[in-house]
Amino acid sequence: MATQMREAIESGCPDGFQYMHPLSVKNFGQWKFHTHPRPGVLMHEAYSGDQLWTVRCGTQRILDVFTLRKLCDIGDDYADGHIHFTIRSNVEYLIDDEAKVAPLIDKLEAEGFVVGGTQNSVAMIAHTQGWLHCDIPGTDASGVVKSMMDELIDEFRNTNMPNRVHITTSCCQINCGGQGDIAINVQHTKPPKINHDLVANVCERPSVVARCPVAAIRPALVNGKNSLEVDEKKCICCGACYPPCPPMQINDAEHTKLAIWVGGNHSNARGKPTFHKLVASGIPNNPPRWPEATAMVKHILKAYKEGARDWERINEWIERIGWPRFFEVTNLPFTKYHIDNWRGARAKLNSSTHIRF
Amino acid sequence: MTDKNHPTPMLDELENGPWPSFISGIKRLRDEHPDERIRGVNNSLLGQLEHSYETRKGYWKGGTLSVYGYGGGIIPRFSEVGGEFPESKQFHTLRVQPPAGNHYTTDMLRQLADSWEKYGSGLVTFHGQTGNIMFIGSNDENVQHFFDDINEYGFDLGGAGPCVRTAMSCVGAARCEMSCANEHKIHRSLVNNFTDDVHRPALPYKFKFKISGCPNDCQNSIERADMAVIGTWRDHKQVDQAEFKKYVGEKGREHVIENIISRCPTKSLALGEDGSLIADEGNCVRSMHCMNVVPKAIHPGKEHGVTILIGGKRALKIGDLMGTVVVPFMKLDNEEDYERIVEMAEDIIDFWAENGLEHERCGEMVERIGLVNFLEGVGIKVDPNMVSEPRQSSYVRMDGWDEEAKDWYARQTVAAIDKASDAA
Repeated sequence: MATQMREAIESGCPDGFQYMHPLSVKNFGQWKFHTHPRPGVLMHEAYSGDQLWTVRCGTQRILDVFTLRKLCDIGDDYADGHIHFTIRSNVEYLIDDEAKVAPLIDKLEAEGFVVGGTQNSVAMIAHTQGWLHCDIPGTDASGVVKSMMDELIDEFRNTNMPNRVHITTSCCQINCGGQGDIAINVQHTKPPKINHDLVANVCERPSVVARCPVAAIRPALVNGKNSLEVDEKKCICCGACYPPCPPMQINDAEHTKLAIWVGGNHSNARGKPTFHKLVASGIPNNPPRWPEATAMVKHILKAYKEGARDWERINEWIERIGWPRFFEVTNLPFTKYHIDNWRGARAKLNSSTHIRF
Repeated sequence: MTDKNHPTPMLDELENGPWPSFISGIKRLRDEHPDERIRGVNNSLLGQLEHSYETRKGYWKGGTLSVYGYGGGIIPRFSEVGGEFPESKQFHTLRVQPPAGNHYTTDMLRQLADSWEKYGSGLVTFHGQTGNIMFIGSNDENVQHFFDDINEYGFDLGGAGPCVRTAMSCVGAARCEMSCANEHKIHRSLVNNFTDDVHRPALPYKFKFKISGCPNDCQNSIERADMAVIGTWRDHKQVDQAEFKKYVGEKGREHVIENIISRCPTKSLALGEDGSLIADEGNCVRSMHCMNVVPKAIHPGKEHGVTILIGGKRALKIGDLMGTVVVPFMKLDNEEDYERIVEMAEDIIDFWAENGLEHERCGEMVERIGLVNFLEGVGIKVDPNMVSEPRQSSYVRMDGWDEEAKDWYARQTVAAIDKASDAA
């Protein structure tokens, strides 16, 4: 008889209250206001009068257990033993006493972590897995982010942007990194290269045909083998066929590029949420430090910082000055590729005489 | 040891610069970890990653793998270059659901680290874009052992594949004064009602819950969740006029007009001559701006509830979609209210499971069949808050108009009675 396997306990999502800071439990839903005493630090005061201090710091995100234990040791020695992670993978220490803030910051900085990422900073870049672990990546994620954060560290440590800036990166056009004020995403420029010897054995062909957003894939007999072919005139080089059919290789050392999109904003603050829009493409996918992509991001950030009013996110700044002015102040080329032709595209054209001269 | 290390000239460049380096961390595991297995896995991993950097290609392939009794939760990775880098030729990720709100104690993090060192690579991310703790790098045999270990002390796998996915919620009421909901309870009530659908992928495609405590939507739920639940309030926002006047005194009228009054998207604010805030509450759309600027003086109202939107997603296949309002306001005060929201999620997932095409997200289905067919399918009545404007096209058959109009007035009457009894 086979070994008895252990039955899983289908407990699902654990209760967070057991790990929460005691002041969070005590004052749950009873917070009155917060202040921002310095970059990387928040103070929340409850109606009870309790004050909960937060120190936020950026890390390498892909943590080795040594680093994780170091963060825990710091949490025990300098904070109250509770750690919260933000959606952008920052570590936050919650503490009950202002006197603990400065020593904690000193310790974190001494250990190489970076305190900041609050309010009007360039927040930690949201990123994906890349070459380290993904099965379809056109680029790396951790490497791009490390390279960019090296150059944006002052913007992370300080809060002198007009409003917060959320940057995201994605290693394919599925865009797991999500919407961003600035998004650096892979953009393929050539159709997939098909290994016809493997398609029949590896791919469920009808699913692959159905996956194509522009119906450019059809079953075909190639060299006597059941395979798939791509109508390269229709193909938009999105790579959607590659995950269900790895023999349709979309990644290319030269032709897989990076594109930059701006103005994505998830918040309902002031305006409604917005999706990001294309501003630049053709940027080389250039490991190990991707200098061209970083330079473009810094260039756009500089224009935003100079041009935007307080509280304007990048989308709001551009909405106020208009897209022609954005391309003027950034000196980026406006090309035929900027004009949308996907569904709903007509709504994005200018049907008025509202034109700035 | 060193002579067996794969050379990493390109990755070495990522050890320069002031930001913490993930490469330095992987190298520490390769060089300093007491377990030879972990040293070997990380040496191979660095070798393969360097190879990717040199050739600008990825070399991981997927597969099928889970733990006993489950059908998902693990992202299998098999190396295409495992011959050259054998010790990481199996390098699977376990997606583990974090505690709601991403709260941990240092003791619990150490316990997770201990388990992971026994069975994995020593690399972990808090958290991936899916909201899961990503334990990166285990092999066919050890995924089961690691799961058994952490499952015993309260952790469970998240979703992967066409299933209900790991949910996400903001820090919310645990720390934030903007919170209008118990994000924690909503999060766990919803996702833990669907553990079977999390662990055994059998839906058309993925389905994600995200919960934000206020319209600032720090969880990006409208743009990233099939079902977004966002805290809001139905009464008037709370204004501490003395505190607001103090702010006006410090900053000056011009600053306040430029940064608060004129930024209200519906022009619902004015500045009184005495420095007080005059608010046209009937025209406030909960855009959060005024309270984001002066959190000490302006606060959400007291009659809390949630707005629910359905159908947000990113690019594949028909393009980006934001969620659409299907419930403008719903109270979550008692257990019955929570049962209602869970039943609503069940109805929505059931309808989509019946009617969605393979690999079609819920929002794409709504786009294909129209919002009205979706609402009728899940038993939700239409509401003008669901649209940004009414129809422009006359190409629609309207012979049910009289019944619909009658129904609308009947519902208005019921709503008025409900509101009056709430107020009483």
